[in-house]
Amino acid sequence: MSCCAPGAEMALDLGSTTSVLPSSQEIRLASRSLGDDLRQTDLSVPSVHCAACIQTIETALGTLDRVESARVNLSTKRVSVRWRGDEVPPFVAALGRLGYQAHLFAPEIDEKDRTLSELIRAVAVAGFAAGNIMLLSVSVWSGAEGATRDLFHWVSALIAIPALAFAGGIFFRSAWNALRHGRMNMDVPIAVGVSLAYAMSLYETINHGDHAYFDASVSLLFFLLIGRTLDHVMRERARTAVKGLSQLAARGAMVLRGDGARDYLPVGEIEPGMQLLIAAGERIPVDGKIIHGASDLDCSLASGESAPKNVAPGEAVQAGVLNLTGPLTIEATAAAKDSFLAEMVRLMEAAEGGRAHYRRIADRVSALYAPVVHLTAFVTFLGWMAATGDWHRAMTIAIAVLIITCPCALGLAVPIVQVVAARRLFENGIMVKDGSAMERLATIDNAVFDKTGTLTLGQPRLLNASSIDPAMLAIAADMAAHSRHPFSKAITGFAAPGGQHKFDAVTEHPGFGIEATVAGSIWRLGRRGWAGWKARTGGEGNHGYGGTVLTKDGFIVATFDFEDALRADAAAAIKRLNDTGVSMQMLSGDTAGACGEVARMLGVEDFVPCLLPSGKVERIETLAKDGHKVLMVGDGLNDTPALSAAHVSIAPATAADIGRNAADFVFLRESLLAVPLALDVSRKAGHLIRQNIAIAIVYNAVAVPIAILGHATPLLAAIAMSASSVLVIGNALRLHGFGANATLQVIQKVGRSAVSYSA
Amino acid sequence: MTTLLYLIPVALFLGALGVSGFVWALRSGQYEDLDGAAERILIDRDDKPER
Repeated sequence: MSCCAPGAEMALDLGSTTSVLPSSQEIRLASRSLGDDLRQTDLSVPSVHCAACIQTIETALGTLDRVESARVNLSTKRVSVRWRGDEVPPFVAALGRLGYQAHLFAPEIDEKDRTLSELIRAVAVAGFAAGNIMLLSVSVWSGAEGATRDLFHWVSALIAIPALAFAGGIFFRSAWNALRHGRMNMDVPIAVGVSLAYAMSLYETINHGDHAYFDASVSLLFFLLIGRTLDHVMRERARTAVKGLSQLAARGAMVLRGDGARDYLPVGEIEPGMQLLIAAGERIPVDGKIIHGASDLDCSLASGESAPKNVAPGEAVQAGVLNLTGPLTIEATAAAKDSFLAEMVRLMEAAEGGRAHYRRIADRVSALYAPVVHLTAFVTFLGWMAATGDWHRAMTIAIAVLIITCPCALGLAVPIVQVVAARRLFENGIMVKDGSAMERLATIDNAVFDKTGTLTLGQPRLLNASSIDPAMLAIAADMAAHSRHPFSKAITGFAAPGGQHKFDAVTEHPGFGIEATVAGSIWRLGRRGWAGWKARTGGEGNHGYGGTVLTKDGFIVATFDFEDALRADAAAAIKRLNDTGVSMQMLSGDTAGACGEVARMLGVEDFVPCLLPSGKVERIETLAKDGHKVLMVGDGLNDTPALSAAHVSIAPATAADIGRNAADFVFLRESLLAVPLALDVSRKAGHLIRQNIAIAIVYNAVAVPIAILGHATPLLAAIAMSASSVLVIGNALRLHGFGANATLQVIQKVGRSAVSYSA
Repeated sequence: MTTLLYLIPVALFLGALGVSGFVWALRSGQYEDLDGAAERILIDRDDKPER
């Protein structure tokens, strides 16, 4: 099964720069006890996607020592492993060997979706009741009379009770909640209509009346619950997928006690003044100051700066930064709740307040719709009272009006369009957090892009591979394989197949490079000043400090130039956005020079460099004050507040954990064409939703007069209601037709232009 | 008319049986991994029962 190369389908090249195996203490911390010495650990494995993956993983993990069972959940892309004993079995490493990146995820996320099962149960009960009552009703409509009709009505009344109590409860609770807070929502007319219809029908049945509305009130619930369930499924599915992508944030750290003892403590228990040991490849859990050691730090998530930063004792480090090359001892200067990471969360929450005011289109329509419906029914009642003086007849007709106007089409129309649209986007590797995100995206007129990691990939690539002696390149690649440095990773890809060189010793000098000895010669791969001949005389300033070289016994044999590649299709995506009338800006924390180069290559006229996270938020707020609706596309920790502040936001799957959670859309593939595609589909979905609402209005314009005039028998009401539902569903499915020309042609990674590193 | 008196309860009972079967399946987690269930049919397990 060729599809099974992980990442081949979804191109989830996540974490290739930052992936680090969680330590066994960390796994212990994240596992939960099932009692009886049995523990369960849940792992997120984004690249599982077919039967062969399931089998490979379950068999491989099942044969490990102490592993009781392993079960893959394909829908949520998770693996749960049950194991016994004190020591953690090496299942993460085993998964790594199979080619699956595994990440722990926070245990609190792992809650069963109770709302969904409640909704599905409600749909089942309502469907059962509606089906049976409808059968009985058909008999009545086709001519059952007298005692038979009464019996059928009584049976219907009995069946309807549990349906109303159980399935209707969802609407009653929500309606009551809205009324209590002085608001109006779609559930209020539903609750009033359904319960009035039931009461009236019961009265009719007791008095041997001709017509009863049991069928209408229950099937109304049934249809509405379908819409409600679809809506919920869409939101939850995307949300768990986004969560499933969570990369490992530091969950704890090794604390060095005064007496030399070492303890692994969870992040929450780390206090200022504690000394922490950070191994190469670990994330720094809290803000701190370096005491011992030198290393390179990958600050791209925190500052947006793309080149690794060289650090030495005395320097301050921020939480969330990845330690790349050497072990560090740091002293914590802030508790987790006061560190940089927490500051970002606070900025983000503050910014999010603005977005909470957005009301979904269905709610806005229902706020207008509900009073009108109730008023119409009430006026009808008064009118018939005045005309005939027969309160019973007036009441029956008023209820018919309520039922026939009940927003079946509305309740179903909006969610079904959004589900179809979300499906379209999902097929193209874009995940949507909820329906309102698509509504918001459809209205934007301004797009703001982050540079590093969004317009560019944020990963260095070797620029001059073709001009380097292949033998030297192979040696460099073999040496680089010993390091986690981003530059090393860029070189590693060029290792000659099978040509493993035998090094006697390989050591990494944090901040400088890698040294290897082969048959008496010393090879160095790293900074020019350190690896080159000048290094031996102590001076390193004059001969070009920057640049990466390979040296043999101090003589430079190859030089390497790196670039940060532009994300695939970045230029095409920006052109398409401009074509659809969206103006575009680039905001970056990077230097003006680096920004200018990217802007020039992409044809972006408007850019602002050297921005702090709060600066990005301010820019977006200024745009919003001028009446613009802003889309933010960004990936870093530093973009997170801006992602929340913008009207709507998109993040690549390679983004920081917190950034993905803040964004409304997450795209999984490398191509930036995902942005115009999401915009396109959202706009079309918005179009269809408005059409569906129009259909609902036209339907009411036809049906309501009939009801007001007293011609709406239960049969007619049932037909009209079902017809309107089927109509809006059919209209929503047209989005698939639209899809044909909106499908993303993922252009292969050809002609990728590049930005040179200045480092 | 008399046939209806027992046919209707019988029909309702059978229907209720179906609904309770569905609710049982839902509770026991049969719908938690629909994608996985669809794919697992392709796996050969040598007819050994699952652990």
